[in-house]
Amino acid sequence: MSAQPTATQWDAEGNLEVLTFNLGAETFALEATLVREILDLLPETRVPGAAPLLGSVVNFRGKIIPIADLRLAFAMPAAEATVDSRIVVIETQVETDAGGETFQIGIRTDKVHEVATLQRAASEEPPAVGMRWRRDFVRELVRRQDGVVVLPDLAAIFHSLVGGTDAASQPSTVH
Amino acid sequence: MSTQDPVAAFRVEAGELLDLIEHGLLDLDHRLDDRALIDEVFRGLHTLKGSGAMFGFDALANFTHHCETAFDRVRKGLAPATQELVAVILSARDHMRALIEGDGTGLESTGAVILEQLQAAIDAAGGEASAPAASAAPTAQPKQVACGGWRLFFRLPADAMANGTNPLMLLDELRELGECKIVARTDTVPPLAELVPTECHIGWDVELRGDISREDIDDVFIFVMDDMELTVEPLSDEGAEAAPEIAEEMPVVEAPATAQDGPANRAGANPSGNPSAKPAGESVRVPAERLDELMDRVGELVIVQSRLSQLASGQGSAVGNELALRSISEEIERLAGELRDTMMVLRMVPVASLFSRFRRLVHDLARETGKTIELSTEGETTEVDKTMIERLADPMVHLIRNACDHGLETPEDRLAAGKPAAGQVRLSAHQAGGEVLITIRDDGRGIDRARVRAKAETQGLIQPGQQVSDHDLLQMIFHPGFSTAAQVTNLSGRGVGMDVVKRTIESLRGAIDITSAPGEGSTVVLRIPLTLAIIDGLLVRVGEGRYVIPLGAVEECLELSLEEDLRSRGRSFITLRDRLVPFLRLREIFDTGTRPDPHQKIVVIATGTERVGLVVDQIIGSHQTVIKSMSPLHRDVATFAGATILGDGGVALILDVAQLVMLGQNQEERLRAAG
Repeated sequence: MSAQPTATQWDAEGNLEVLTFNLGAETFALEATLVREILDLLPETRVPGAAPLLGSVVNFRGKIIPIADLRLAFAMPAAEATVDSRIVVIETQVETDAGGETFQIGIRTDKVHEVATLQRAASEEPPAVGMRWRRDFVRELVRRQDGVVVLPDLAAIFHSLVGGTDAASQPSTVH
Repeated sequence: MSTQDPVAAFRVEAGELLDLIEHGLLDLDHRLDDRALIDEVFRGLHTLKGSGAMFGFDALANFTHHCETAFDRVRKGLAPATQELVAVILSARDHMRALIEGDGTGLESTGAVILEQLQAAIDAAGGEASAPAASAAPTAQPKQVACGGWRLFFRLPADAMANGTNPLMLLDELRELGECKIVARTDTVPPLAELVPTECHIGWDVELRGDISREDIDDVFIFVMDDMELTVEPLSDEGAEAAPEIAEEMPVVEAPATAQDGPANRAGANPSGNPSAKPAGESVRVPAERLDELMDRVGELVIVQSRLSQLASGQGSAVGNELALRSISEEIERLAGELRDTMMVLRMVPVASLFSRFRRLVHDLARETGKTIELSTEGETTEVDKTMIERLADPMVHLIRNACDHGLETPEDRLAAGKPAAGQVRLSAHQAGGEVLITIRDDGRGIDRARVRAKAETQGLIQPGQQVSDHDLLQMIFHPGFSTAAQVTNLSGRGVGMDVVKRTIESLRGAIDITSAPGEGSTVVLRIPLTLAIIDGLLVRVGEGRYVIPLGAVEECLELSLEEDLRSRGRSFITLRDRLVPFLRLREIFDTGTRPDPHQKIVVIATGTERVGLVVDQIIGSHQTVIKSMSPLHRDVATFAGATILGDGGVALILDVAQLVMLGQNQEERLRAAG
């Protein structure tokens, strides 16, 4: 029951509005339509026994939402919070046994940049070799003037946590 | 809610009437000659017909009319009530529900079938009934028919027209019944100078000819009957002349000619296949005094609020203000607590409303299986949160089906086993602390261990010959796809297995337990929390995290002294009043990575008879806990039942007592096994 790779929803002109942010030295991007809010760091409550990727929860306007540390999904060491650290609250859907479920999740980022437009022409499938990351966690790599932007596949990352068969913490077997 | 849609209001009211009719019928099934019950059912049908017609549910009114007519014979003692008749009228009741909820299309054929059955049942019961063909069922009523017709006089109250009655319509309806000669009586019309044009001063003499029953005439005046003047007498003098006339067919609205789809669907309680027509919002009936209580609290709150804003606008000394602020804060705290309690009470409904649904189910099951089943209930006044009732219905239907279908034996088998022929199914509810226990007990054959074991072995759940405790073996039936029924019958095996029941109960933060004695029956106990929304909790600290333990589960709190802590390193249990209680070091389970507090505490929690101690660093105090669900991404974390938001905006996780007790018991067993 592995998740289908999520298709990127480019518009008719081959553009995509995204919010770009940093995790470590890498620049990532998520569809701007998914983003609900950008918050300063909140006091987090650790959830013992939860996957390290989703190790804590916060009170987001009276709702309990999990905080995802995508650094762990992309094999980066955990880092201390800085003045630039922000939580990006997104709303997403994950297929579970009980059907699709929509829920909010906060993503801890090291720096939030801007809303930008990515071009499909500049995008590429993740290469089969030469990546440190699990390939199914990356939808596309998009070249820009100042480097490469990573479009992560959130559904694939979180699917492994909700009734999926492959655990996210499991190291990639592709070498 | 002042602009409530009258049709929606009718649907709600009709739903209640239908429930009333159903209850009456089910009671009647046991006490067939109870006049009071017969009258009650008749009144229900009558009111339903009347208000159905008023709100434009013509198909319903028409159909109900036939049932009412048939039932009227029973009421008048012309036909005895029989179980067949009760069964037919029950199915008719379901049809009425479908008519109310749907738009009435595609149901004509069903209705016709039921009316035919009804006619058959009445004929069988009545014996002498001068029944015309079934299709003419409507006219087959107690023949209180005057041979030739009727002479009637009626006069409406003066304000009738102001109340929306149109005498011309009444006259039209009379004309529809048969040939009419109508003469207006104008003797009471006042002189022009005194005439009030909006009042009705005219009376009417009507000579109505044809094969018409008294009831039909009464039906015409059904809405104005109470305050009008009406005399009806048969046209006896011309009886001989009128007799040869072939009885005029009554112009019953649209004979059910268009036979469309489907067989009579009367399996479920709610067979409507038209979800769009379902009422959008459900409603709750609330006793007025509870609302008054709520209003009082709100009134007090408004007063305190105005005191607070006065204080905020700032007069008086700083010290005085601080005192005033503190008193306001206390006031608000008290009010919030009372408001919460009042609100919770509004959401509570007695389980009687849940149990009563199953009477019909058991009645139908008994008919379908040919078994004699007696359903008894106990503790119906126990109150449970409304949402809980809704969500318990499906699992309980499944459990009762199981009990009736698999549990109870056929009357012959029962007699052979030395039991009374009638099987017993017993539903009971009672409150225990913060939980409600709902028990479903049958006195059937019990769960066949050998079959469970065989099935578990073929499914690979246990190894052949493996030693399994009886309790664990019974737990096997909660595995997905596990059914011990040798054959899947119409009643069970509909894809809702015990695993779904278990999951539903657990999603309500409840637990399910099953015990069974071969030959003596099975008992299923559902253990559910009183409410889903707010609980009293005990706030504790473990490492740096704060956690809530549901207070209802807490038995006592003890200190774990340092030396006792060291002494119990090897064996994790303490002696508590001559009983060994296993305990769990939450600091270790939660992997806090902190040093233990010098004065650790043990909180002893219990579910049922199982007890386990939880070692925490500090007990902070009691806490009103508004339960928030965890994200679906954290569903796999079993030790927590939810989370709550603390006064400082932080989050505390709520411990899942059942899971922790299980963890503790497992640990105890491991320790015992180890020696």
